[in-house]
Amino acid sequence: MTTSVPKSSLDGWEMVVGLEVHVQLKTRTKLFCACSAQFGAAPNANTCPVCLALPGALPVVNKQAVGLATRAALAINCEVQPVSVFARKNYFYPDSPKGYQISQFDKPLALRGWIEIGTRSDSSPIRIGVNRVHMEDDAGKSIHDRYAGATAVDLNRSGVPLIEIVSEPDIRSAEQAGAYLRVLKQILEYVDVSDVNMEEGSLRVDANVSARRRGDTKLGTKTEVKNMNSFSGVERAIDVEFARHVSVLEAGGVIEQQTMLWDGSTVRPARSKEGSHDYRYFPEPDLPPLILEQGWIDKARHDLPELPAARQARFAADYKLSDYDVEVLTSNPRLADYYEEVARAHGEPKAAANWVMGEVMATIKTSGEDISRFRVRPFDLASLLGLVRDGIVSHTAGKQIFSHMVATGDQPAQIAEREGLVKIDDDSQLSAWIDEVIAENPNEAERLRNGEKKLQGVLVGAVMKKSKGRADPRKLNQLLTTRLTS
Amino acid sequence: MTARSCAAVRADTAAGRVKAADTLTKAIDRAREVNAGRDGLNIFAWRDDEDARRQAATIGDRLADTTPGALLGVPIAVKDNIATLTMPTTCGSRILEGYVSPYEATVVKRLREAGGIVFGKTNMDEFAMGSSTEHSAYGPTKNPIALDRVPGGSSGGSAAAVASGIVSIALGSETGGSVRQPAAFCGIVGVKPTYGRVSRFGLVAFASSLDQVGVFGQTVDDAAVGLGVIAGHDAMDSTSADIAVPDYTAGANADLKGLVVGLPKEYFPSSLDPQIRAKCDAAIEHLKALGATVKEVSLPNTDLAIPVYYIIAPAEASSNLARFDGVRYGLRLTGDGLRGMYEATRSGGFGPEVTRRILLGTYVLSAGYYDAYYRKAQQVRSLIARDFRRVFDSGVHVLFTPTAPSTAFPIGAISDPYEMYLSDIFTATANLAGVPAMSIPIGRIGGLPVGGQFLASHFDEARMFTAAYALERALGAEAHA
Amino acid sequence: MAVTIDDVRHIATLARLGLTDARAASIVAELNTILGHMDELAKVDTDGVEEAIGVGAEGAPVRDDKGPPFPLARSLDAFAPSVRDGFFLVPRLSTHESPEEA
Repeated sequence: MTTSVPKSSLDGWEMVVGLEVHVQLKTRTKLFCACSAQFGAAPNANTCPVCLALPGALPVVNKQAVGLATRAALAINCEVQPVSVFARKNYFYPDSPKGYQISQFDKPLALRGWIEIGTRSDSSPIRIGVNRVHMEDDAGKSIHDRYAGATAVDLNRSGVPLIEIVSEPDIRSAEQAGAYLRVLKQILEYVDVSDVNMEEGSLRVDANVSARRRGDTKLGTKTEVKNMNSFSGVERAIDVEFARHVSVLEAGGVIEQQTMLWDGSTVRPARSKEGSHDYRYFPEPDLPPLILEQGWIDKARHDLPELPAARQARFAADYKLSDYDVEVLTSNPRLADYYEEVARAHGEPKAAANWVMGEVMATIKTSGEDISRFRVRPFDLASLLGLVRDGIVSHTAGKQIFSHMVATGDQPAQIAEREGLVKIDDDSQLSAWIDEVIAENPNEAERLRNGEKKLQGVLVGAVMKKSKGRADPRKLNQLLTTRLTS
Repeated sequence: MTARSCAAVRADTAAGRVKAADTLTKAIDRAREVNAGRDGLNIFAWRDDEDARRQAATIGDRLADTTPGALLGVPIAVKDNIATLTMPTTCGSRILEGYVSPYEATVVKRLREAGGIVFGKTNMDEFAMGSSTEHSAYGPTKNPIALDRVPGGSSGGSAAAVASGIVSIALGSETGGSVRQPAAFCGIVGVKPTYGRVSRFGLVAFASSLDQVGVFGQTVDDAAVGLGVIAGHDAMDSTSADIAVPDYTAGANADLKGLVVGLPKEYFPSSLDPQIRAKCDAAIEHLKALGATVKEVSLPNTDLAIPVYYIIAPAEASSNLARFDGVRYGLRLTGDGLRGMYEATRSGGFGPEVTRRILLGTYVLSAGYYDAYYRKAQQVRSLIARDFRRVFDSGVHVLFTPTAPSTAFPIGAISDPYEMYLSDIFTATANLAGVPAMSIPIGRIGGLPVGGQFLASHFDEARMFTAAYALERALGAEAHA
Repeated sequence: MAVTIDDVRHIATLARLGLTDARAASIVAELNTILGHMDELAKVDTDGVEEAIGVGAEGAPVRDDKGPPFPLARSLDAFAPSVRDGFFLVPRLSTHESPEEA
């Protein structure tokens, strides 16, 4: 259903949103068994008695999953609990082979965190609280359209480790929701716990939406919105659902607590049978409580890599980069690493920033590869920047050399020599070309001699062409001026 | 007629005096003799004698082993809720009819590594829910001692396999008494290990926090050898204990000087059948004569065991049995769409007792009732466990009690579910507290066996066996009179 | 707390057990009898008593993040009721594909 509510009407109402984000952890094996957790295998190739839920099978916890989950929780400022308890969440679905999911309920892995998503007009930070982070196993995949009249079930994904990050209902606009998701994704990328790719399904978002009159402190009835597959989809779905809440409430109606499904432009209620949400949680009897030593938790916190906010602050302070440059260069940790290596090797952060944001990013955008696989390594790019800075090659030649480096992976100095791109500032050579150009363009030369300064560029350009771009522009201009005034 | 003991078979097989194939033939002959099949005692859910012969044939190659396996050449019956690679694992249910597990339970793997031969899957109450083996989808098993009586349950088939002399050792499973009570009803030895002592990987789960694989033996020694083979840590079971396994046969000839035996008064209520009490009293006199100190103790929360058990076990079962949905294995029946398939499969596949317990379990976990029932029961369970801890901390080494409140009742005699549940009254406490317990025969009443039960503290099976060995020795033929 | 026929129908749905009306009616009586015996528990003072949970003081054991996976002796075809191209097949969900609607 679509709802169209005049903006003035929405103004009297406040949106209250909480987000539940499921993140797939990038372990080699599944959470409770040693099957591969890698994507892309043939259907049901990565299965065993445990993740098939054969009679008699039992779960055993993956240490790395616990490590990644802990790292993620610490990175969003949570208090990691020394004792947490796995619990069964009971429900029937073909891709849930046990008939229950092993999750955490009363005693989750982590509590009470927060994420900063920007600043208010008075520069105070906007903090979105994180209520909890817990671990659980993923379900398999149900594919409905492959065979007529049947649903095909692939359990390769069943048992892959997830964390669920539940925010407090602190979000007050779709924009804030989008910001929260982008910052969260970036943090999780920085701590390298997940691919956090919504298109691929390693990050999933459900939104809890409610409305209340501005000034009210009591929370309205919330609905859960599911099935968004992009951050902008989440933003739009939240706005649509909020508007629907307002139109119902303004008309004196009551919001029914239910699950809504987003279809790209509207929301509709999920057709659920009454009472189907009773998950009958109880502590998982096949797993003792998860006990983490405080020393281990402390070390995990200590070992966290530099988080985005800290890196951004450092780039601004140490490299004196603009806000825009900082934002672009820290957008993912591998890009930031790449940039830093170039900047340190070259010694001039601004020049490094220009080249990375310019040539480098344009190239990888076209090729679609990740910066970590980019053929031009930071040290080699820094060498190239050095050649340009030292005047050994012109800026233009530098760009050509860069293209060769991308194509061949060869060293810049090598390429410059081979392609004859080393800048020429030899007076006699330049003078010889100048003479040729003057002879070939007598009119322009005459007019320039008579004061039409703008023709300098034409003659300079002609020499550049003869030199295949290698002529040193400064020297060239000097010599030409001297030649014509003599 | 009895089967040869594990120790004797192993010694003779290792020395080359006896061939595994011959021991196996004896078992097959005995099964025929007692009419173990479907129209007789109905002991086995499945037998594959060809497969057993193939196993026996490999034993010859094992004779060169430096240490002969503890069960070398010994045929062993396995309860049908324990996964085996050959032969189906049906759990006494239609919903797993014909299901052959593509993996094997750790306990079966260990039996084979010890040279044991898996001889048949035995009949049981469906999904181990029952105390009489009358609730199997494949018909009731009869008590070999008295054919009109139940063998007890849920491991009735395994108990009958030993009691009828087909095998000297069998595996069963315990959740509330399903090895000890049939052992008592059939006049044999039945052991429930400490929770976590034996791997549950491959044991089809009924109530995960209570389940353990148990061992039946013709004698205490058979059970001790068997437990020694299957016990020990398993990385595939997160609830299995990483604690060394002692030699349970070490105390075989010890007297009981210095042993303090507690008699919990709640297990000797005034309502206890006087004949059973008399048998217990006679056993207790033997314990004293062996040098034990006997004293009365109290486990005050004993009365609460049945209500606690019948909330926790069905609750966990309702969740454990959700995987039987017709999607990946077992029975599938069709209905209207997916929901129809689930409902048709599960209503067609589960029997009435299983259905009743799933509903009960679902109810006590459901919204609004969790705190009053499940959570409350787990709290009272802590009190029951504390009772045992206090008694064992006070200098008592083992406890002695009757195993069951009655001898084997007639097939069909008990139809009221709750009355059936009360058969577990002396056994369920050990499962709830996790302590080891075992039953040995201590006499007969009107020809029907009576069992006496020993309990010990966690992982103190060795001391429990020592007491059982001694009493068995002292009773001699009295145990079956 | 008395169990009603509606309760039984509700929990039968949660447990995906198709019960006939006759069976549902008899179950009501059975459950009430059984639960009646459980009411003794309500009288027990469990103030401050921890629920019995977990085994062993060391907590859940953890394993290394590596294979090989536990092997299956037979492929899915050997035991699955309906397999095609490696997928398990079930009847098409009649409504939208979400767990809430199954």
